[in-house]
Amino acid sequence: MLQVEQLQKAFDGFQAIADAHLSVPKGEVVAVIGPNGAGKSTLFNLITGHLQADSGHVRFKGEEITKLSPFKICHKGMARSFQLINIFSSLTVFENVQTSVLAIHRLDKNFFRPSRKLLVEETLEVLDSFGLYDFKDRSCSSLSYGDQKVLEIAIALGSKPELLLLDEPTAGMSSEETRKIVNLIKRLSQEKGLTILLTEHDMELVFDVAQKIMVLHQGRTIAQGLPEAIRNDKAVQNAYLGETG
Amino acid sequence: MSTKKFSNYLGLGLAVAGILILLILPNMLSQYYVYLIATVFTTALLASSLNLVLGYGGLLHLHHGVFFGVGAYTVAIVMTKTSWPFAVAVLLAPIIAALIALVIGWFCVRLRGLYFGMLTLALGQLVWAIVYRWNALTEGDNGIHAIPVPEFLTSINSVYYTTLVVLVLALIILYVINKSPFGLTLLATRDNPVRSESVGINVKRHRLIAFVIAGFFSGIAGVLFVLVERSVAPSLLFWNKSAEILIMCLMGGLTVFMGPTLGAGILVLLSMVVGLYTEYWLLVLGLLLLILVLFLPQGILGYAMEKYDKRRSIGGEN
Repeated sequence: MLQVEQLQKAFDGFQAIADAHLSVPKGEVVAVIGPNGAGKSTLFNLITGHLQADSGHVRFKGEEITKLSPFKICHKGMARSFQLINIFSSLTVFENVQTSVLAIHRLDKNFFRPSRKLLVEETLEVLDSFGLYDFKDRSCSSLSYGDQKVLEIAIALGSKPELLLLDEPTAGMSSEETRKIVNLIKRLSQEKGLTILLTEHDMELVFDVAQKIMVLHQGRTIAQGLPEAIRNDKAVQNAYLGETG
Repeated sequence: MSTKKFSNYLGLGLAVAGILILLILPNMLSQYYVYLIATVFTTALLASSLNLVLGYGGLLHLHHGVFFGVGAYTVAIVMTKTSWPFAVAVLLAPIIAALIALVIGWFCVRLRGLYFGMLTLALGQLVWAIVYRWNALTEGDNGIHAIPVPEFLTSINSVYYTTLVVLVLALIILYVINKSPFGLTLLATRDNPVRSESVGINVKRHRLIAFVIAGFFSGIAGVLFVLVERSVAPSLLFWNKSAEILIMCLMGGLTVFMGPTLGAGILVLLSMVVGLYTEYWLLVLGLLLLILVLFLPQGILGYAMEKYDKRRSIGGEN
């Protein structure tokens, strides 16, 4: 579903992404891991169009999307959540998700219909599946950190993506909240057949949910394969697992 | 739920009562005050149109007066230099204002924050300079005076009612736009442009559309201005006029729909009262701005709504 080939990106002479390769098959959960500063977030930003690559290719469903802007990529069926909470702070929980549902239905430029009556069911369905239904009329900034993080993912789901990118979905969460997210990821993958690409520091989580893992080290892909193969890979152990364990 | 309904009815009731009072007002006031309130209506439309971009779009639009001036000049030029009917002038004014907004906005939406603001200012002053210098078309700094208007719009009372009707209609349309998906999405682009792009919103285009709509309504306000004043001058397009509108929005409250209207009412009436005593209106304006920024950053109506919401939510919990 997603292919990344020979991707490169430098910032002021610093080679953030030197040579990244990635292949995400349809229906699978793929994790990108690597030490801090390995370039995981940069890679995500390159895939979703928030950054422009210096060279290399990103293909989505066989189509070149390397130079497209984020909103066009979203309409092609790719949505993402962010590492830091990135929501619409003055809107209610309902409106946060509705904004993304409206945009994907291309109703965001409709002038003369009251928005509170549009796509209500679809929005509530998303909120319900994330356990946010009871909070729907609350201002999103009044939610707890954990719930904001869930809302962060719910907004992405409002875009009805085929491929969902999660940038450290459990960063800063309690172990209980983390468990909730793990269950959520499994459910999205198994029940909805969603293809998911995620980055994560929590190795337990990664080996629990991922069917495939890519290891990024100093901007390079040093390994890519099944979790077991990655666990036993010498280069990976040296570069990454060795450091932490 | 019922409190929400109650506050909706309260808002509607206040609006209807306000309009009823405004309808009978000219019978009780001298011509000067009728003229003054018509000026308030004109300015209220101008400020409300700015607030679509400023309050709801979160864009630092520093020179909205330009579109107002372009609208007014369009009417003035059509009525004095061509033999076209008045209706053409009225239709053309907002359209040309919107076109100028499209050109200026096209450049500005590429920039962010203060840079956006500085470019609106620079391009706006460019339009002012053209109006100021193009003697053949605009009469330069003399302005255009004694602009002919149809017979039925010559009495101050009929001007009053016309501006009132246009203001109410325009506010209704702006309100509907605010509550539409376009309005909600505009709030989203204000809160978080990066995230907006990620959920499939073309942020630049969205902002440009808002900018053009604001320009259009500002152009309508320009038509009303000609009805009230029957003359135009380049100072309409000078930047200090735009600063005044900005302060009106701040004073009333950027996040409340009727805020700019309230701000316009206060500033227009205040400038008249202050003008009776001193020539230093700008000094008073500066002091007002200082007080506003320091003690009432959410604006008068914004503050009132905050208090009201707080009381309501406490009442709801008990």
